[in-house]
Amino acid sequence: MLSTESLAQIDREIAKYPADQKQSAVMSALRIAQVEKGWLAPESIEFVATYLGMPTIAVYEVASFYNMYDLRPVGAHKLTVCTNISCQLQGVDAVVAKIQAKLGIGFGETTPDGRFTLKEGECFGSCGDGPLCLHNNHTLHTRLTADNVDAFLEGLK
Amino acid sequence: MSLNVPNHKVCTWTQDYDNPASLATYTANGGYEALKKILAEKTPAEQIIEQLKISALRGRGGAGFPTGLKWSFMPRNYEGDKYIVCNTDEGEPGTFKDRDILRFNPHQLIEGMIIAGYTLGARAGYNYIHGEIFEQYQSWERALDEARAAGLLGNNILGSGWNFDLHAHHGYGAYVCGEETALLESIEGKKGQPRFKPPFPASYGLYGKPTTINNTETLASVPWIMRHGGQAFLDLGKPNNGGSKIFSVSGHVERPGNYEVRMGTPFSELLEMAGGVRGGRHLKAVIPGGSSVPVLPGATMMELTMDYDSIAKAGSYLGAGSVIVMDDTVCMVKALERLAYFYFEESCGQCTPCREGTGWMYRVIHRIEHGQGRPEDLDLLMSVGTNISGRTICALGDAAVGPVHSFLKHFRNEFEYHIEHKRCMVGA
Repeated sequence: MLSTESLAQIDREIAKYPADQKQSAVMSALRIAQVEKGWLAPESIEFVATYLGMPTIAVYEVASFYNMYDLRPVGAHKLTVCTNISCQLQGVDAVVAKIQAKLGIGFGETTPDGRFTLKEGECFGSCGDGPLCLHNNHTLHTRLTADNVDAFLEGLK
Repeated sequence: MSLNVPNHKVCTWTQDYDNPASLATYTANGGYEALKKILAEKTPAEQIIEQLKISALRGRGGAGFPTGLKWSFMPRNYEGDKYIVCNTDEGEPGTFKDRDILRFNPHQLIEGMIIAGYTLGARAGYNYIHGEIFEQYQSWERALDEARAAGLLGNNILGSGWNFDLHAHHGYGAYVCGEETALLESIEGKKGQPRFKPPFPASYGLYGKPTTINNTETLASVPWIMRHGGQAFLDLGKPNNGGSKIFSVSGHVERPGNYEVRMGTPFSELLEMAGGVRGGRHLKAVIPGGSSVPVLPGATMMELTMDYDSIAKAGSYLGAGSVIVMDDTVCMVKALERLAYFYFEESCGQCTPCREGTGWMYRVIHRIEHGQGRPEDLDLLMSVGTNISGRTICALGDAAVGPVHSFLKHFRNEFEYHIEHKRCMVGA
């Protein structure tokens, strides 16, 4: 169900915890599954549950609690923009307006060609470098402005 | 700068170097010397805790609890596993200091955690890293690999016969996991909902074992204190407010960023270091310790020094040292609307007053901001807030109320104007 490489990564996570606490690796296992598959389909959640010896519902509970897991398909480029107070003061509203105009979608939407999903994020803990955009959950783009956001989007193509 | 001399850059001194995060930079400048000495001399745990108490190091994550006292709560003669946990789940709006410790000085955190593990008799330690900073999760794991290869982690550390290891645990987007018992639940592979206390983690923590949880900056300060003594650290700051502190300055300043200064530094000096208010505008308000602490008018802030006691006396908290600066273009209704949405979005849903109350507060502020406020709304907001405060398992409920009550206390006229005129008075 998951690639050998993904399983090796999950095994490295499991090894961090006491032998009787495999469940501690569930957050990482879901992340690794999501990176490979693009989103967390029910089959992926079931697979992780079986692999870690957990009830499926317990894995689903984790997947639905933390907001970086995608329980529905997202675009090839998932863009999460922090709109919280510091980024707001540092000008994120203009950046969001530019992104939305350029992509033609609002928060929580995906472009018809399936290339971009736009999400509103909560604090990334990097406010000094704001406004911020998280690309596919793992790459943080910093100091965005209405002027440089075009180049940022072009760079993702 | 280096760890060899007791200067005030306790956690940020490596930023003078080309490869600030490398083991080579750290060890060439006094890194791991404190640990080596402790292991060679078999320094008694009591002695280490005593130095921490003298240092007046207080929890840098926001609560400001004395670290030496916290460490002394761990059962000394417990037979079985114990854990040390570092809280790098830094997601309080305005807070971004721990990310820089992972980026630029990961080994000082590792050394601090090893010393903590030794002092508290832990078998292992975990560092819980905020979901949105995956690159720092990866880089800290690389630093752990370096330390392991150098014999600083694992079995028989530096030939001492003592075994201890550290691991990184990656969060995936939940502010509430910054609460220490929610964080433990999350490491255990569950949704991050805070535990009812007592029992406290020192008796029933990770996997039900005695556990001490400290903030990243707190643990990273430990090697400095062990190297130069608790008194030297205390002397950097002021009584009951020992040391230096990293202040994360964001919002309307010319140079948002982290500034490590002595405790007790005047706010006006910190503001100047950050380049002053953007465009030379008028300072309207400051949230001095992260989004959860009460806002203070700019004029009040200009009279204060940056330490726990000074900010508390003025009616707010130093929190994590997250200074959010607002100039006179800010609409306080709009700012509060965004903060209220944050707590509504991040409430874990476990306690009814918080789950329902944060939604009510957001919706009421939202309608005021959008010209649909009613005259009775301000009393309603105060009432909802009062009914959340003190009625929840964790502090997120109170954190949601602090901004609402303080914005209304200091900037009530803006809310009244919004309700009466259905628009903003700023720029009107």
